[in-house]
Amino acid sequence: MSVIDKPYDWVDERVGVSKFIKKNVRKIFPDHWSFMLGEVALYSFIVLLLTGVYLTLFFKASQSEVIYNGSYVPLRGVKMTEAYASSLNISFDIRGGLLIRQIHHWAAILFLASISVHLLRVFFTGAFRKPRELNWIIGNILLTLAIVEGFAGYSLPDDLLSGTGLRITSGIVLSIPVVGTWLSYLIFGGQFPGVDFIPRLYSVHILLIPGLILGLVTAHLMLVWYQKHTQFPGPGRTNNNVVGYPLMPVYMAKAGGFFFVVFGLTALLGAFVQINPIWAFGPYTPDQVTAGSQPDWYMGWLDGALRVMPGNMETHIWHYTISWNILVPAVLLAGAIFTAMALYPWIERYITGDTEVHNLLERPRDNATRTAIGAMALTFYTLLWIGGGNDIIALNFHTSINLITRFLEVALFVLPPIAFLLTKRFCLSLQRRDRDKLLHGVETGRILRLPNGRFEEVHEPVSSAEAAKILARTEQAALPMPAKTDANGVRTKGYGAKKFRATMSQAWHSGAVPVPTADEIEHGQEHAAHQLHEAAERYGIEPGVPNEDFSEPMHEGIN
Amino acid sequence: MKFLAARRRHPAVALLLLLGTLVAVTAAWAGISASTSNAAAAYGNDQTQVTKGQQLYAEGCATCHGVHAQGTQNAPSLIGVGAAAVQFQVSTGRMPLANLGSQAARGPVTYTPQEISDLAAFVATLGPGPAIPAAADVNGWTTADRTLGGELFRTNCSQCHNFAGRGGALTNGKWAPSLMHATPTQIWEAMLTGPQSMPVFGDATITPTDKQAIIRHIMELRTDSNPGGLELGRFGPVTEGLWGWVVGIGVLLLLSVWIGARVR
Amino acid sequence: MSFSDKSDKRAVERLLDGASEPEILAAHSVTNVGPQPASGVEHTLRRTDVDVESAKRAERQVAMFFGLAALSFIGFVVAFFAIPKDKTVYLPVIGDTSASNAALGLAMGLGALLIGMGAIHWAKKLMSDVELVQERHEIKPDADTRASAMAQIAEGGLESGLGHRKVLRRSLIGAMALFPLPLILPLLDLGPRPTGQLKHTLWSKGMPIVVDVTYQKIRPEDIPVGGLVDAVPAVLPSVEEATHNLNDRAKAAIILVRMRPGEIRSQQGPNWDYEGILAYSKICTHVGCPTSLYEQRTHHLLCPCHQSTFDLADSGKVVFGPAARRMPQLAITVDAEGYLVARGDFAQPVGPSFWERTS
Repeated sequence: MSVIDKPYDWVDERVGVSKFIKKNVRKIFPDHWSFMLGEVALYSFIVLLLTGVYLTLFFKASQSEVIYNGSYVPLRGVKMTEAYASSLNISFDIRGGLLIRQIHHWAAILFLASISVHLLRVFFTGAFRKPRELNWIIGNILLTLAIVEGFAGYSLPDDLLSGTGLRITSGIVLSIPVVGTWLSYLIFGGQFPGVDFIPRLYSVHILLIPGLILGLVTAHLMLVWYQKHTQFPGPGRTNNNVVGYPLMPVYMAKAGGFFFVVFGLTALLGAFVQINPIWAFGPYTPDQVTAGSQPDWYMGWLDGALRVMPGNMETHIWHYTISWNILVPAVLLAGAIFTAMALYPWIERYITGDTEVHNLLERPRDNATRTAIGAMALTFYTLLWIGGGNDIIALNFHTSINLITRFLEVALFVLPPIAFLLTKRFCLSLQRRDRDKLLHGVETGRILRLPNGRFEEVHEPVSSAEAAKILARTEQAALPMPAKTDANGVRTKGYGAKKFRATMSQAWHSGAVPVPTADEIEHGQEHAAHQLHEAAERYGIEPGVPNEDFSEPMHEGIN
Repeated sequence: MKFLAARRRHPAVALLLLLGTLVAVTAAWAGISASTSNAAAAYGNDQTQVTKGQQLYAEGCATCHGVHAQGTQNAPSLIGVGAAAVQFQVSTGRMPLANLGSQAARGPVTYTPQEISDLAAFVATLGPGPAIPAAADVNGWTTADRTLGGELFRTNCSQCHNFAGRGGALTNGKWAPSLMHATPTQIWEAMLTGPQSMPVFGDATITPTDKQAIIRHIMELRTDSNPGGLELGRFGPVTEGLWGWVVGIGVLLLLSVWIGARVR
Repeated sequence: MSFSDKSDKRAVERLLDGASEPEILAAHSVTNVGPQPASGVEHTLRRTDVDVESAKRAERQVAMFFGLAALSFIGFVVAFFAIPKDKTVYLPVIGDTSASNAALGLAMGLGALLIGMGAIHWAKKLMSDVELVQERHEIKPDADTRASAMAQIAEGGLESGLGHRKVLRRSLIGAMALFPLPLILPLLDLGPRPTGQLKHTLWSKGMPIVVDVTYQKIRPEDIPVGGLVDAVPAVLPSVEEATHNLNDRAKAAIILVRMRPGEIRSQQGPNWDYEGILAYSKICTHVGCPTSLYEQRTHHLLCPCHQSTFDLADSGKVVFGPAARRMPQLAITVDAEGYLVARGDFAQPVGPSFWERTS
């Protein structure tokens, strides 16, 4: 047929590529803007790999001392490590060096931000449910790896700000009971700062973690490919199909194009917005520090937790010290949060008893309790994040760091439950509004005066697309409360655990708004149609043809 | 007479009387103070300066700092603070204190340079304290060693004022101000006198040469270019993260919606 | 494949001649091979589907995007060679910045962005937007397949003998359990064993105190009341020359503050000050940041990292923040020549707490 015939055959005879292409070249992917957030993460990662390779060709991961003699005049003659000197070299003496360095750092910021937004999308739409729990776990591991990788990356230049962060890390490691001192000596090759840490961090940053991330991202994508992407409910969409556009040509163009968009945006940021001006911080030395010492945003919550933790929490057992004031926020809290997040699909399954396969997503409002739990977690996280920046906030808004810290100590316990309650109530109201819309139609703003003198607003039935969305909500029953004893008076086995589970399940479904039945809908439709008929007859108003069976479109919205 | 008496119960009388009194008192005051400041404007010898300074002190400072500058519960004693402290506080507009807050802030300057010298001369007589640095000393900053200045700055100053001199938070609502506005003299005086929460950096431990170097570093921080682009306030990762989320993710979200939007 | 059939190809081309909607819809899924249009899904035509001019305009727009991208990349090449790396340029809002960085970044970024937007515009306007459907296969294989798989595993398992040969199984587990040891143990030499170094610093009896950076000795009269001096032991520069690392600095850095002797409410030892001059460690007892934000009037020392606050007039005890221990004080005095010296090492380890710390 064309030029590619011969080479194609060559490959096909050795690898059998036609089988794969036959199945996959026109694979259907569903279309929704929120499905592109994971792509942003993937493309940022590719940008990181490309710019990262470039940087490895110029960076020297060594803590040997040199006297700087490069282009940046204010630091000429200053003693510094080779790591810092080579970073200055990249920034000032290599064409395009500063650009690539900045693109690399901005891409890291966007990598973590997009992973977080993607995680939120997956959580709030229930995409982690069976059969995708494994992918959720892989995603959580990727998030953890990305955070460590970012921290390692910005610590490599060995500047004053990131070195302060490394000092804090050594303090956290030292606080670990029994093995802390020993572990700190292992990691730093002796006391802090030593001369071994930057080279070791380099291996971790360019080899170990990128390798792990690459492997896990591949597994993550393969699972999405094999299990097929989830989709929002809508016309023509069921739990057993995928409706959307084919890989070739549509997604090759859209997704491929989106890669260039992400790359381009990151490059423009690298061109015009300065990030991590290491030359202004100066080289790291353990007796200098700057006001406003913070880690990059994705570790802000950890720093905030350390700040907000009250002191006086050290205990002494015989001759040994346990630093609870550091262990609790930096080790235990972090561990608890990540574990709870990773196990969430099983926690939800335990409470709801839902073991179905789910390929259709839920709108956040349709699962009020889950959305409320998410809002509660986000509130907690955001408060810690704010804590991490308390001195910058105090300086710029003319308030007191002490006040902010005290406020957060209280707010961390008071605000999340409030967020839970408010969000749950809000979701349930939205459900009630949806039900209302389905039964009574949407207000048109046109007022009818009836023959008996009464005023009524004309309601239009919702469009079929909208109706399909509202009706997609599945109503689940809460788990029934177990009987305390069976018919013969024998106490039910595991009664306590079953009662607990059933109570949680009841709480989960409390306040649920019933989905309208077909009868109710029809009745509602009749009423709306009658109104429109009246309107048409008396006043010549024709908002559209009332539909009785949802098959004809009323109007289109943005989907 | 009859004209006024007939209208003595007119509604406007009270208002007019009030206005009249106000005008009269103000005019009287202006007249009196004009005569004193006329005297002050004339350039005289040191003793005249000290006397003028004393008068200015009595009018503008004694209420809080005490009639004999001994201090009150509202303000510290000025005995031994030195001329340098006075010039710093008054020329930056921190004194007279405009608002009672956690600390005095830079603001509009109330006194003329001559008046400030006079005040400084007076306070200098109250007790030995740091003198106003000689212009020759201060101006030495233009040829000082910036590299040394940077090292000293990062060791002694950046922990409060931030690595780029943009300021930092202290406890209980106090703050170390931004260094982007002070004159070289004011910076020298601040190091020498330790205003408010700032400690004192005496000439023996931070020598005049050191001070010149630090001042050069600070002055050049203001004009340093930002080779990477927009500087985002030079507060560090907090503003960078904010920008990454609001602009970076914001634009990407908008673009995602554009990609997924139905075409008409 | 479809396009070997010329008539189908022409059916698609006829799109542009204003064919009817059913024809267009049919032409969209030309092949009848692969996914078909989804039923129950409404499809509205775009302008570019119906109007030839509109489609041609969209094509020109896409081409323009790509063309501008190409120009942008050429601009990159020009900027790379033409703009010197130390040239500054003034940009509005940004101020003085590197001309090379801005130009290279703009060319690279704009070019990439345009390619991406061109491809997306192409997909949105010109590629078929009929929604197709694919059935999901049940992931769980049918019962027969599962049974066959389990049976084959069972067969293989029986043949291996693992099930019934207990000695075999147990000895295998024993060997494999110990295999990680040779992989992990070599990591032990990543660092030396801790030997109590954390409990000692360079400070010793008679060690002169010198100003950091300039390393000059200090007399008491050099420090005015309210003064702050960042200081180190006099021996530090020569130690750093020898060891080429910052480990000693990280423990030995101190601050000297002076208050009126009457203002000192308590100290960590009797008369550890010298005429109101107090020496404290500069390393925060929380997680180790340098702490030298000294508020002259309140005598409070603030750490910028997590806001631990120490009262230096009251034995350096913690008055706010997450630190659990007071700031260690160094006892000082003057030597025969009148310079400030230490009276010995710290009485407790400086810096962050650790397991073996006894006090």
